[in-house]
Amino acid sequence: MTAANAPAIVVTDLIKRYGDVEALRGISFEVGRGTTTALLGGNGAGKTTTLSILLGVLLPTSGRVGILGVDIGAHRHRVLSRMNFTSPYVDLPKRLSVRENLTVYAKLYGIRDAKSRIGALAGELRLSDFLDRGYGTLSAGQRTRVSLAKALLNRPEVLLLDEPTASLDPDVGDRMRSYLENYQRESHCTMLLATHNMGEVERMCTDVLMLRGGVIVDRGSPSQLIARYGRASMEQVFLDVARQARDEQGDQDDLEQTG
Amino acid sequence: MNPADSVRRIGALVLRHLYLFRKSWPRVLSLAYYPTVTMIMWAFVTVYLAPTNKALHDAPGFFIGAVLLWDILFRGQLGVSLSLFEEMYSRNLGNLFVSPLRPWELIAGQLVMSVIRTLIGVGGAALVAWLLFKYSIFSMGLPLLAFFVNLIVLGWSIGLAVSGMVLRWGLGAEELAWAAIFLLAPVSGVYYPISVLPGWLQPVAHAVPASHVFEGMRQVLQHQEFSSRLFFTALGLNVFYMIGGTAVYLAAIRYARERGMLLQMGE
Repeated sequence: MTAANAPAIVVTDLIKRYGDVEALRGISFEVGRGTTTALLGGNGAGKTTTLSILLGVLLPTSGRVGILGVDIGAHRHRVLSRMNFTSPYVDLPKRLSVRENLTVYAKLYGIRDAKSRIGALAGELRLSDFLDRGYGTLSAGQRTRVSLAKALLNRPEVLLLDEPTASLDPDVGDRMRSYLENYQRESHCTMLLATHNMGEVERMCTDVLMLRGGVIVDRGSPSQLIARYGRASMEQVFLDVARQARDEQGDQDDLEQTG
Repeated sequence: MNPADSVRRIGALVLRHLYLFRKSWPRVLSLAYYPTVTMIMWAFVTVYLAPTNKALHDAPGFFIGAVLLWDILFRGQLGVSLSLFEEMYSRNLGNLFVSPLRPWELIAGQLVMSVIRTLIGVGGAALVAWLLFKYSIFSMGLPLLAFFVNLIVLGWSIGLAVSGMVLRWGLGAEELAWAAIFLLAPVSGVYYPISVLPGWLQPVAHAVPASHVFEGMRQVLQHQEFSSRLFFTALGLNVFYMIGGTAVYLAAIRYARERGMLLQMGE
């Protein structure tokens, strides 16, 4: 396998424990270059934990993560300039203007001609009207777009997106999805996406990893999963998987009570 | 690793704080406000006591110099800690840690900001001392540079340790940033010689680099002598303190990475 067609992300036997709680129980998966993969699962399934480990801001208990051929555990700084991330869990300095925030991150990522890159992103993501306004004065939707601009500043080869359109209205959300699809087509960027928006998954993702209780319980393209579960949409597939978990938990509780 | 890239990333961190200063003049003024008010108070104490006190009569800058040097230590420490707190208040730590910024570059950025904050704070107070009381801290001559280096490095090491503790325990431990330095004040001999301390406390004072700096300052002011022995003792101790402070901070970053706190940390 050459470097060009090697998977962009390789995760092997990833385990994360917080004391007695096992957040990830030995998951392994690969994400091909230039694909968009969704990480799906209910709250606490392990999506954010997985993304955090991929970014190197959370250390796994054991297991390995390779991104673009680099071992994240040992040399994450070699690859961080080639990837980026956006999440509602993090924010940007509120007193700085949008332009100032993006300028600081352009310098951190070593963007040449930062001014024109920021100008281009502002146009594409419709930030121009509030580029010189304080980040803290923006609406949640505007902030999400600014965070996305920050994540795209360095033209990442791997983009990790945690709920990328969570606070956007349907119109802006649709524009953002179109933008990300175009960006991926043009740049062959690899995207890994944690979301609860099943329409987004059906539209954008070529592959889906279904997580439950820190384990990958199923995998396939949206159409494969919909066919496998005999459902009409990913929404219904998601509900099947999530409720199966609750039913199993209920059976377990019954057994414990009977026992 | 390209050193030019590191310099650029450190510059980006500094730029982020300078943008903040530009936005908030009260923030900049507050840097100089407390050192100036404290200096003015001690200057009037000097005016009051000087006619009856030989030491103050011979060296009228005794208290003013001490206040200004003490603030180098205090502002130096706060400068390191507050730069981290700003990132935590704005929930920006996660973005920084997923960027190519390395932990030592984060530390370097905090240290540069500490120097800038200290120069603004102490510089403002020193200017007022000169304007109102005709006392120039530069009258100490080159030894001032030696005192500055030793005090700011001690401030850095305490600031890094405090930053580590706040990373470990969250912003609830923020008060440490304001309180930590004052634990050292009684044993630093800022306004009195270490010899006035009880015998059992003197070894503790001698383990604090600041005590050697203030002893050195008194020698310069009263006898116009610079003690290289006191300077190198403080410097040696500072190396030890700096290693300790950095180790605490790096351990806290690792702790935060083990528990996934970097993406969630904030107000």
